[in-house]
Amino acid sequence: MSGASGSDASAGTTIREALDNDAVLVLGLLLAIYVGFYLLGATLGFQSNGIANSLRRVTFLTAVYAMVVLALNLQWGYTGLFNIGVAGFMAVGVYTMAMATAAPDARVPGLGLPLWVGVVLGMLAAALVGLIAALPALRLRADYLAITTIAFSEIIRFTYLSSTFQSFTVAGTQLGTGGGSGIGIAHTPDDVVIALLIENPIGAVLYAPIENLLTGWGIVPNVVRGWVYAVALLVGVLAFYWLLSRIAHSPFGRVLKAIREDEDVAQALGKDTRAFKIKAFMVGCALMGLVGILWQGSLGFVNPNSFLPQVTFFIWIALIIGGAGSNTGSVLGGALFAGLLFEGPRYVANVVDQSFQLGSAPSTIAGGVGPLFAGDPIPLVAYTLANIAPLRLVLVGVVLIVLMHRRPEGLLGHRKETAASIDLGRPTRDGSASAGADSIPVGDRDTGGEGR
Amino acid sequence: MSDATESGPTEASSDVRGAAADAGTAEARTGAAAVDDPILRVEGLHKSFGGITAVDGASFAIDRGVLTGLIGPNGAGKSTTFNLITGFHQPDDGSVYLDGDDITGHRPHEIANRGLVRTFQIARELSEMSVLENMMLAPQRQAGEALWRSVTPGVRGDVRADEAELLDRVWEMLESFDIDHLAEEHAGNLSGGQRKLLELARALMTDPDILLLDEPFAGVNPSLEDRLLDHVHDLRAQGYTFLLVEHDIDLIMNNCERVIVLHQGKILADGTPADIRADERVIDAYLGGDV
Repeated sequence: MSGASGSDASAGTTIREALDNDAVLVLGLLLAIYVGFYLLGATLGFQSNGIANSLRRVTFLTAVYAMVVLALNLQWGYTGLFNIGVAGFMAVGVYTMAMATAAPDARVPGLGLPLWVGVVLGMLAAALVGLIAALPALRLRADYLAITTIAFSEIIRFTYLSSTFQSFTVAGTQLGTGGGSGIGIAHTPDDVVIALLIENPIGAVLYAPIENLLTGWGIVPNVVRGWVYAVALLVGVLAFYWLLSRIAHSPFGRVLKAIREDEDVAQALGKDTRAFKIKAFMVGCALMGLVGILWQGSLGFVNPNSFLPQVTFFIWIALIIGGAGSNTGSVLGGALFAGLLFEGPRYVANVVDQSFQLGSAPSTIAGGVGPLFAGDPIPLVAYTLANIAPLRLVLVGVVLIVLMHRRPEGLLGHRKETAASIDLGRPTRDGSASAGADSIPVGDRDTGGEGR
Repeated sequence: MSDATESGPTEASSDVRGAAADAGTAEARTGAAAVDDPILRVEGLHKSFGGITAVDGASFAIDRGVLTGLIGPNGAGKSTTFNLITGFHQPDDGSVYLDGDDITGHRPHEIANRGLVRTFQIARELSEMSVLENMMLAPQRQAGEALWRSVTPGVRGDVRADEAELLDRVWEMLESFDIDHLAEEHAGNLSGGQRKLLELARALMTDPDILLLDEPFAGVNPSLEDRLLDHVHDLRAQGYTFLLVEHDIDLIMNNCERVIVLHQGKILADGTPADIRADERVIDAYLGGDV
């Protein structure tokens, strides 16, 4: 860690070594994003509460994107399963949770179950829908799975949108999706997690001074509590990372990698590739369902419009930026996307708008382009800034095109992580092996064939 | 069953038939050579793609512990026959027996798990995986291939122990194939010949009983070809059975104990290299003559 030991060269190598350390890489990026948003917030004249809240929002988005990108990385990065229905699986997770936990006498009636049951049901439902989507498609080649998943995602969205299922009765129990008007979340995961963390004797003792300190700086208690949830989500990212790294560094993950490289070879070596693909796909979908709950569930209310296909594309872009196949890359991609592409443009537009007094924006693009010929670019800039939210999509598209040209493997996609639970170095006890060079060691041939 | 008449009543065929008759096999299969202890038996295999018949009633049997070559001109149906045997294609008709069990229509991994393992015509190394990962992948029924066992704390120790044991075998195998210096290399960076060595070594890690090698010498330089051949002969001496598809007729004739000739999806001849050399129909088939 103590790197500042003199010459430029050694400082350079120290930095390079530090960048090889994943924790340093991720924390450094988060810090840089925080500094950027702090500066943008300060420029906009935000008070400490506003800045704290904007950083909280960036943290929240970074965490949920990182988690869902990690789940997608299991499917695409490791196994080569082309899932472009991520939004649909998130919808199944959060809707199942919402329907299971809603009170029986609510506007949209539910089963009134506790949150944790809802979470388990949501993940199971997402995995099950994943299975149904995958079963016919996994027998075919990769692109068919892509078509099937996006179709499923839209079928799911329209099902939740449909007034037919707005409320219905199953076996005497009133249930409903709320249709186009959405469904309220009875127990939002953020409230439950915050309560769990700070409304117990130990948590309360630890939390009280933090809240006192921060409210002293003018940050309202609600924002402080929001930060508790955001930090809890970052811990969730660690948990996802732990789980997926363990899968990647195991014989199971090795088979997934082989399927991605060449499924025929994996089959020729006796691997039931269909079973492996289905398992990987279902685990990924269950995790997506969980992220749907933690993300959309915490907004207190869901409606089908939160699950448009563009949500899936955002997640894909985050994965591509970070580099498919690398878990650390997935986290970086999630942070970069959430910070720079999703939240950043809005702030930058506000800063520009405030600093240059562009006046009122024209209502159409023609009104912006017209004056351009008269040598006046201001109306176009004003138009662009006024429509920054939809234009984010254009920015995202441009980033994608540049990335495909310049660095198709993403930030960390070039990394080669060995798929094994142990170090594959040459075992130290040598000698006997090289002596018996005339016969090829094939282990226990007699006991190896119990399959016939 | 007996398509013997298919092979045509030319004079030279009597050699082959004679061999079968000598052995006194009552149910002489398609004029096939005598097979005392078949490990693999193929009967009346038929496969067409659209209007094109790729394999047209091929029947033969492979003797245990014998190095058998399968030759034939381009488009004779060799690769399709391979795919039919190993489950990569489903036959339209006919049966495949491994050790007497009917494995027709089984899925490729089931057939591999029964001890019949193939390699591919164009070396299909897993290029983004290291040589070590390629090798570690192959052994069957690894404890850690179960997802829960790979993930759950507590049982992962078993997985690691299992892997450590495999790793020993992997390094021994790499050393015996003289590719241990490439162990950390990505398989995609290997030369064509090295890939073929890796493929054979990887196939051996599955503990097969019979190996089907699809053009293992294609694109391999002569010195590596000799090394590969030495390995094949070594392994045969250890009791492995081989079925080799090869374009290079001389190579087959000089190394195999038995040769099956496939032409237009049918078995044209089946016998010792000397029999085949003397068979005019084989020469005609290769020179494009009328059969």
